[in-house]
Amino acid sequence: MMRVRLMTALTAALALLLTGCTDGDGSGADGKITLRFQSLAWQKESVDANKELVKEWNASHPDIRVQYVQGSWDSVHDQLLTSFEGGEAPDIIHDASDDLADFAYGGYLADLSELLPERLKDDIPQRSWLTATFGKGIYGVPFLQEPRVLIANKKILDSSGIRVPTARKPWSWEEFRQVTKALTEKMGPGKYGVAWPLKEPVSLTLNLGLSAGGQLFHRGDDGKVTIRFTDGDGVVPGTVHDQVNADKSASRSTLGMGGSDTLPGFFGGKYAMVPLGFSYRQQIVQQAPKGFEWTVLPAPAGPDGPAQGVSPQTLSVAEDSPYKKEAAQFIDFMLGPQNMVRLAKGDWMLPTGTQALADPSLHTEKNGWATGAALARDLRSAPAQSVRGYPEWKDKVATPALQEYYSGAIDADELEKRLVKDGNLVLARYQR
Amino acid sequence: MTALRTSRSGRAGQYLALLCYLVFLAFPFLWLISTAFKPPRELGSLHPTWIPEDPTLGNFRQAFDEQPLLQAAVNSLIAALAAALIAVVIATPMAYVMARHRSKLSTAATGWVVVSQAFPFVLVIIPLFLILKNLHLINTLFGLIMVYVVWALPFALWMLVGYVRAVPRELEEAAAVDGAGRLRTLVSVTAPLLAPGIVATALFAFITAWNEFFFALVLLKTPEKQTLPVVLTHFLGAEGVADLGPLAAAAFLATLPSLVIFAITQKRITGGMLAGAVKS
Repeated sequence: MMRVRLMTALTAALALLLTGCTDGDGSGADGKITLRFQSLAWQKESVDANKELVKEWNASHPDIRVQYVQGSWDSVHDQLLTSFEGGEAPDIIHDASDDLADFAYGGYLADLSELLPERLKDDIPQRSWLTATFGKGIYGVPFLQEPRVLIANKKILDSSGIRVPTARKPWSWEEFRQVTKALTEKMGPGKYGVAWPLKEPVSLTLNLGLSAGGQLFHRGDDGKVTIRFTDGDGVVPGTVHDQVNADKSASRSTLGMGGSDTLPGFFGGKYAMVPLGFSYRQQIVQQAPKGFEWTVLPAPAGPDGPAQGVSPQTLSVAEDSPYKKEAAQFIDFMLGPQNMVRLAKGDWMLPTGTQALADPSLHTEKNGWATGAALARDLRSAPAQSVRGYPEWKDKVATPALQEYYSGAIDADELEKRLVKDGNLVLARYQR
Repeated sequence: MTALRTSRSGRAGQYLALLCYLVFLAFPFLWLISTAFKPPRELGSLHPTWIPEDPTLGNFRQAFDEQPLLQAAVNSLIAALAAALIAVVIATPMAYVMARHRSKLSTAATGWVVVSQAFPFVLVIIPLFLILKNLHLINTLFGLIMVYVVWALPFALWMLVGYVRAVPRELEEAAAVDGAGRLRTLVSVTAPLLAPGIVATALFAFITAWNEFFFALVLLKTPEKQTLPVVLTHFLGAEGVADLGPLAAAAFLATLPSLVIFAITQKRITGGMLAGAVKS
């Protein structure tokens, strides 16, 4: 009898539990439009800035409500792909330009060419628009970007007597190699002039490679892309390889690390410099020991100047959204000059908008803002981001090849062979 | 005497190996706890310590301030408990039939159960999404629970078949000889012996659902529906950058329910395993 009662109670509890779980999908019975905005902002300042802007929009646009949905950089591609396939994608999508190619070519994203106001089109430079242009359409509004910079231990740098580079006069790659050699000698055993965090070596290598004339991906007249390895493509990998293996001026142990992993060694005086994304400054401010002095230096430059590839954060509109015009209006609001500044500060990145970039608060020396802002004009579309098949080439060919090359397991000829020969086989499958 | 000494040294070696294994298993969790109580500056130290030098609850405060952890925990708990309960309720009678009435069909069913484990998430997620959408179950915990049940069921079934086979058939036959009917035999003889297996299976289903990330990420859209593993990723940025302190604090809290439930049921599970061992 007891058991029967127990089973009845359990069944009832389960039924109660499940009936309480179903969704009451509240679509606008009042005729108001509700747009879903999936944001990938994750740091408190950035989330706060996004939420405040949504709140301000909702206050001033009672008929076009925006619902803030928190997304995550982790697995965003798979999550979006499934949502697109299922017709349940958010109306406004926050992502990065290097993730958009498949969605743009797949017809999941709306072409914004005709939807965006002239103000926004004029405000963002053409070089930034190129990062989100696929074919003839614009599939995202690039709004935040970050150059890769050298974060340096100021005391070590000052005491070395080495020329401190500026955005106008950066080190050349050869000069950088000599500097790290000199710093390593001065710092003593077990310490290094530079620590390259190369857990994800491909984007860093390609993006910095632009400064030395590297391009690797070449689009022919027929629109097909092939990989060619020129002298310029070899400068950045060659420098890193030689620093690690010949000069011993770069730490071997950080080759498998992410950027954050190198910070304890940097704070502990083990490394004089760490090449990191501009937004890492926030972590440094939070985690640096009291009294630790650091500075932001531009990355080395080649004959073409300090050019760098970037994949800006973007806002896109889903092709399936019935409210594309309204979504574009919201994007225009979010990316107004002052709002773009708020978003940039929240993410510790640079805005793409010309007016936002001119904001005095982004040109202060404190925390290296001025150095980053001075580099903004040299940021270009990352070389490979619009190439179909790039993700597979990156994962299956380039990442292992570069990791092996940097660790000294293979030589430059083998690296070139793998990147080009194996790489072209991968790309060919996507361009039949 | 020599034999005794050898035996003692052998036993000491066994304990040492066990200790090493325990340390190996416990290390990530202990490090997680240590990290959860460290202020940002200690997280960036070149010489990290096990015991935080300046322990703080700031990471927990920040984690709760920034993300709806409590709501997410409730959602996870509902999804995991319901999935475990339903999976066990469905799997137990199925397992009994498959274990006791062997036929070509039950062999084929067992084979299919094993094969079904080989399907990766990405292969099923889009069809599953479309099915749930047609049933208006996207963005509902009920839909997610159904997915968890389906996902956990094959392995739960496979586990329970093993446990049923470990219960001597002779005991059921003896009960029948004593005049017990089929239902009486199942309730009074088989079920108590199967209880540890059922608990172990439920625990497996619970932990699978509690930790599951990808289905929850894809199927739940609004913040108030999201589960803990999804909310935890909100502490992660692009390229593996993480807000380490709050992430560790939230992850520590997310681990606790599994540990507590395992601690409570552990005795029954090992009891069940031993019962099976004695039989063989």
